[in-house]
Amino acid sequence: MEKHILLRHRDIPGIDELSVYQANDGMLAFEKAVKSMQPADVTLDVKNSGLRGRGGAGFPTGIKWGFLPNNSWPHYVVANADESEPGTFKDREIMESNPFQFLEGLMLACYAVQANQAYVYLRGEFWQLAAFLDAKIKDLEAAGYLGDKILGTEYSLKINTHLGAGAYICGEETALLESIEGKLGQPRLRPPFPAVVGLYGKPTLINNVETLANVPMIIQKGPDWYRGFGTEQSPGVKIFSLSGCVKKPGNYELPLGVTYQELIFEHGGGIVNDNKIKAVMSAGASSDIVIADDFCMQTPLAYETCTERLKAPLGSASVIVLDENVDMAWLVSKTVNFFKHESCGKCTPCREGTFWMDSLTKHMMANESSSEDIDLLRNVAVQMQGKCLCALGEFSTMAVVTAVDRFRADFETHVRS
Amino acid sequence: MNKLYNKYEEEIQGILARYPAEGKRSAVMPLLFLAQRETGSIPPDALAEIAEIAGMSETDVAAVMGFYTLFHAEPAGRYRIQICTDLPCALRGSEGYLKQVCEYLGIQEGETTSDGLFTVEAVKCLAACHRAPMFQLQGDGEIKYYEDQNVEITMQVIEEIRRKVAAEKEA
Amino acid sequence: MAEMVTLKIDQKTVVVPAGTLIVEAARKAGINIPVFCYHPKMEPVGMCRMCLVEVGYPQRDRTTGELIKNEDGTTKIVFSPKLETSCTTPVVAGMEVKTNSEKANEAHKSMLEFILTSHPLDCPICDKGGECALQDLTLLHGPGKSRFIYEDKKRLAKDMPLGELIILDRERCIQCGLCVRFQHEVVDDPVINFYQRGRSLEIQTHSEPGFDSIFSGNTTDICPVGALTTVDFRFAARPWEMERSASICAHCVVGCNMVYNIRREAKSGGKTVIKRAMPRQNEHVNELWLCDKGRLGYHYVDSAERLTQPLLRKEDKLVPVSWEEAYQRVEDRLRAEQVRLVTLAGGRLTNEDLFNYQQLTQSQNGKAVLYSQMAGGDLTAQIGLGKGSNFSDMGKGTTIVVVACDLHEEAPLWWLRVKQAAERGANLIVVNARPTRLEKYASHVIRYEYGQEASTMNALLDGDGKGEIAQAAKVFAEAENGLVLYGSDGLGLVGSEQLAKTCAKLLVERGFYGKPNNGLLAVWDKPNMQGAWDMGFHPDRTLKGTLREADVAIIAAADPAGDSPILAQALEETDFVVVFEMFLTETAKLADVVFPVQAQIEREGTYTSGERRVQRFSNVLPTLEGPKPDYEIVASLGRLMGLATEGRSPVLVMNKINEKVKGYEEISYTRLAEHIEQWPIISRKDSYYAGTSYQNEFGIGIQLSSSADRGEELSLGTLILVDLQEVVATGMKVVPVTALYDRGQLLQPSQLLDQRRAPQVITMHPALAEKYQLQDGDRVKLQVAGCEVVSTVKLDGNAPQGVALVTRSNGVPISSPVFVQIQRLVLEPEA
Repeated sequence: MEKHILLRHRDIPGIDELSVYQANDGMLAFEKAVKSMQPADVTLDVKNSGLRGRGGAGFPTGIKWGFLPNNSWPHYVVANADESEPGTFKDREIMESNPFQFLEGLMLACYAVQANQAYVYLRGEFWQLAAFLDAKIKDLEAAGYLGDKILGTEYSLKINTHLGAGAYICGEETALLESIEGKLGQPRLRPPFPAVVGLYGKPTLINNVETLANVPMIIQKGPDWYRGFGTEQSPGVKIFSLSGCVKKPGNYELPLGVTYQELIFEHGGGIVNDNKIKAVMSAGASSDIVIADDFCMQTPLAYETCTERLKAPLGSASVIVLDENVDMAWLVSKTVNFFKHESCGKCTPCREGTFWMDSLTKHMMANESSSEDIDLLRNVAVQMQGKCLCALGEFSTMAVVTAVDRFRADFETHVRS
Repeated sequence: MNKLYNKYEEEIQGILARYPAEGKRSAVMPLLFLAQRETGSIPPDALAEIAEIAGMSETDVAAVMGFYTLFHAEPAGRYRIQICTDLPCALRGSEGYLKQVCEYLGIQEGETTSDGLFTVEAVKCLAACHRAPMFQLQGDGEIKYYEDQNVEITMQVIEEIRRKVAAEKEA
Repeated sequence: MAEMVTLKIDQKTVVVPAGTLIVEAARKAGINIPVFCYHPKMEPVGMCRMCLVEVGYPQRDRTTGELIKNEDGTTKIVFSPKLETSCTTPVVAGMEVKTNSEKANEAHKSMLEFILTSHPLDCPICDKGGECALQDLTLLHGPGKSRFIYEDKKRLAKDMPLGELIILDRERCIQCGLCVRFQHEVVDDPVINFYQRGRSLEIQTHSEPGFDSIFSGNTTDICPVGALTTVDFRFAARPWEMERSASICAHCVVGCNMVYNIRREAKSGGKTVIKRAMPRQNEHVNELWLCDKGRLGYHYVDSAERLTQPLLRKEDKLVPVSWEEAYQRVEDRLRAEQVRLVTLAGGRLTNEDLFNYQQLTQSQNGKAVLYSQMAGGDLTAQIGLGKGSNFSDMGKGTTIVVVACDLHEEAPLWWLRVKQAAERGANLIVVNARPTRLEKYASHVIRYEYGQEASTMNALLDGDGKGEIAQAAKVFAEAENGLVLYGSDGLGLVGSEQLAKTCAKLLVERGFYGKPNNGLLAVWDKPNMQGAWDMGFHPDRTLKGTLREADVAIIAAADPAGDSPILAQALEETDFVVVFEMFLTETAKLADVVFPVQAQIEREGTYTSGERRVQRFSNVLPTLEGPKPDYEIVASLGRLMGLATEGRSPVLVMNKINEKVKGYEEISYTRLAEHIEQWPIISRKDSYYAGTSYQNEFGIGIQLSSSADRGEELSLGTLILVDLQEVVATGMKVVPVTALYDRGQLLQPSQLLDQRRAPQVITMHPALAEKYQLQDGDRVKLQVAGCEVVSTVKLDGNAPQGVALVTRSNGVPISSPVFVQIQRLVLEPEA
């Protein structure tokens, strides 16, 4: 693709300056919306575009916007910029290099649900980025796009950044709300959903950064234009964060439906040292491990095809490539240790299960395990499934079960002789 | 009791202004960052003051401090070199890189150099998988990313910091 | 009434109100779904995942909304693919729940296995063993074997004091969060919380001074494992070794229902002793809770200072004598011609005691005086809280006024229940001279200067002007239900009379009496003040003169000489003093005859609580050799005097009360023993459901009707405010206030509460201190009521500016507002 829709900084140098952004049709969508569109029409355009949430769940964005009840005010909008999934680094690039497009998307979302206050929740490690965004927000205020009575309309909006402080779980939207509210980042019970009872008990819309970055172009160029990219059920473009054993790791903005083959070998330059590819993970550490056979490599990367063909959701499209030298038992010890470290501790199966799996894989790495321990590891994972309070616990089991099932030989090499 | 407030009054007012009146407690995380700015860890006496500003109990402030990994109750080196060793980085050699950095500084992971300047820590994913190995430097109230590292580049970063600190001392 | 919903749980049909959670609906059907983090008194959180069940929902056609039927005509039910937490899922009509299916059982077993991986399994040495939810549920649902690598178990601190009363065993904690939620949600004293995350989560306090909360003991009841224990019970006994005995707390006006666990043990020399005090469910009174004073303040019964023999003054010395000799001596004095008898009784006596004292006093044309600085028991008997009232029913539409009272200190459970009513939407108007902990929940806070209690309440009636009082007056006037709680903050008897009258006037004018959840409540300072009023005892404004002029003074459960040097002086002038006491008090030391009496815990009886609920208690401990219950001693004296006083049993005394005392017609021990099914259903068989508080099998008591409830004509007297004449005197005005933990006779022996006792200080505003050139920490000499006491100045910016405060029963003999001469003590320079 020659021109980018999201990573426009790669085509237009200096687009992180408001003047440059404006010179390239920036803020036109927002201006059009606040001056000439009903809020519900903004939502309708997004609904018609078929845009789906880019944080991982793939829920239709326009429908989500429509969930906020009109009998409870104020509404809040929160941009989820907690990007913490191992293998995911796309939101950071958008915010660092094309900040106004993200902010404009956020502002359109706010207008659509008539929120007057938005927060950008950034993971604490994005400390510099938060300061950078604060400056960009100031630029927008100075230019009259934010503040009271924007562009002479009755609409007012304030955006603030809020820094997390090192907790993967805060990417889960209810934990994120707890965290903004100054509490432990532990997920809330659902229902009620944040759209009804969210931040400070008020209806709240939470969208991923990449999702929001899509919105300005949709409003500006129309849903049909957007549907010209991607597949029927997964319209549009997606940023694929490619990492692991590839020659050219990085973010690639491609239409949804691109195959693994194209992504890894055409864009990613193939496998390091031209090794053989062994497996892929499409949703960071939370993924199933999928054997990288021809069937897999020819699978289009779209929400429906990944689920139907590979039984492994596309998720955030954070593709970790694993070559023939990767020991799957080691890999599982890494993912399990990650989830053990990030488990908030609120629910029993995740708190205890991740701890238990971590203990088992540590023994495996020390070659102290028996063959039964491999079964036990899988068993513990299965025992957790379907019982956790939020998705984190569930995520921790995906790699474990699929690795044991598909690469048992890797585990057997660690069995004590 | 008003140590923080006296020092950062304007900033604290700015923090409080970001949240609605019923969300005063939201200020707790920004305030903990503020309390940590100077020494890299949160002095125990700051808890009571933060509690008062944010309208919550000291215990609840401590609970927030304890939950998030970027808040430090215990003092360590002035700079924390936090190297990501999570899966994608590990696939690109970050575990070996961590060892090399530790060797260069003559410490084990988790330890602090004898001059009190550096603590090396292995941390989880920092959203820089494509530029591994990498580390973030937490210190002086800031967090900075250093990407596409190898031990030679990192040595230069470390030496530069050492020079800067030495110059500070002279001045 | 809420709409009723029918559903099936394990094939049983259950009908419950809409909105009921599955776990509760199952409970109603006798099905116990295992839980750890669920508690019926707290918001569900669904975090322990123990209560997972299969839930099936009836299917409806999307277009027509009609139920879809199976071929056999039954409604089509589709079960959710995932198990659901029954503690968070409300019932739906036609729902089907499986709690005992293979899938549900697997979940229960899995959760237990997960929890047990990090549990030390130290049941043999655990205080909770035998009443432990984890133990019980493991037996019912758990795996028999451990698959966890034993060496990988975390070893954690087993003896972590969270405060001086509560100890945490970190290994045993299963992170259910109940204690944290109790402190945050129920009592709003967030001094404990989780620290860190994941498997490292632990309960900690960072507050100063630690886990210092007046309800802290309840966390040990609701802790489903042995992680939290009180220092009182830690390593004290195993639950199955103890017997239980129902009682009523004697420490305050609330009348919390409780159970004492007792054991006969070698280490106490073969004596039966109390090992712990536990709450007993009474949803009308204390629900499932106790305050720490009630829980830990029973140690006075063990005191070695107890009197065991009658004492008689011989040659100016009190010497032990036989009961006969003591009786004889009193009889002789009473039989003297034209003897003026005064009986001064305290509010911790039982109704039966008081009735007999009254009988004896009346027969001699004596005067029955209540030893109290609070007035209004006649008013509460007439327009007091209506029969059928329950704080739990109060919410929107109710306005509660709390005046001259620090409920948190004076009646902790009422504080909790009033707070919760406010949280449910009741309007709360707090009227006090100084800030109290209740104000946080108030819709209106009205501040006055000490001495202006009555006029402030009058202003609340008039509602003139625009200020806070006018707004509050409007809110009160517009309420559906209204009640007023008045206390004794800063008041003596005279002030209390004025206040009680204005409160009564306010209620009468607004029509808030004679019906449930309306009326007047006195926050008495003793458990049975209302009973004493009902039995015919009234406080006396001129107690000094009354005592001085008496030929014979009978003094029971009161220590006037200890409280006031003036009264001590008066008693010295009384011809003949008979004292009924547990201890050799200052008053007993002045007596001619002293009768040793049993403690409340050693005998049966009834109390009438501040809500005018008559509640009975049993003898918890076997009777101590020697002392007798008051009613029995008085009955013996009465019979010697030729009266038909009943002394055989309190049950029989109550039968007489019910014949003779207005309002008590329906009270009998049989009726008092009645208990009904309470909600939530708790029982000892499943300690995991609501903690280890006890099911109430001993009776929930009977609330008395007020005269207004019965439709009788009221005689409230003139409710016109007489402006109090400020006694002008020199010196600093000092008023008494009440603290929960004082140095009173009943509480002093519970040494484990020493750190929590009110400091022995005189509290004043810096502005007041400056006037007297005093500084924080100064030692001062107070000249009060003819005696001198030394105290320490404590400055408090929140204190009222014009007066200083001292705590009652805490070392300074001030029980009503007085002017004192204050003098700074200068330390002698060291030689």
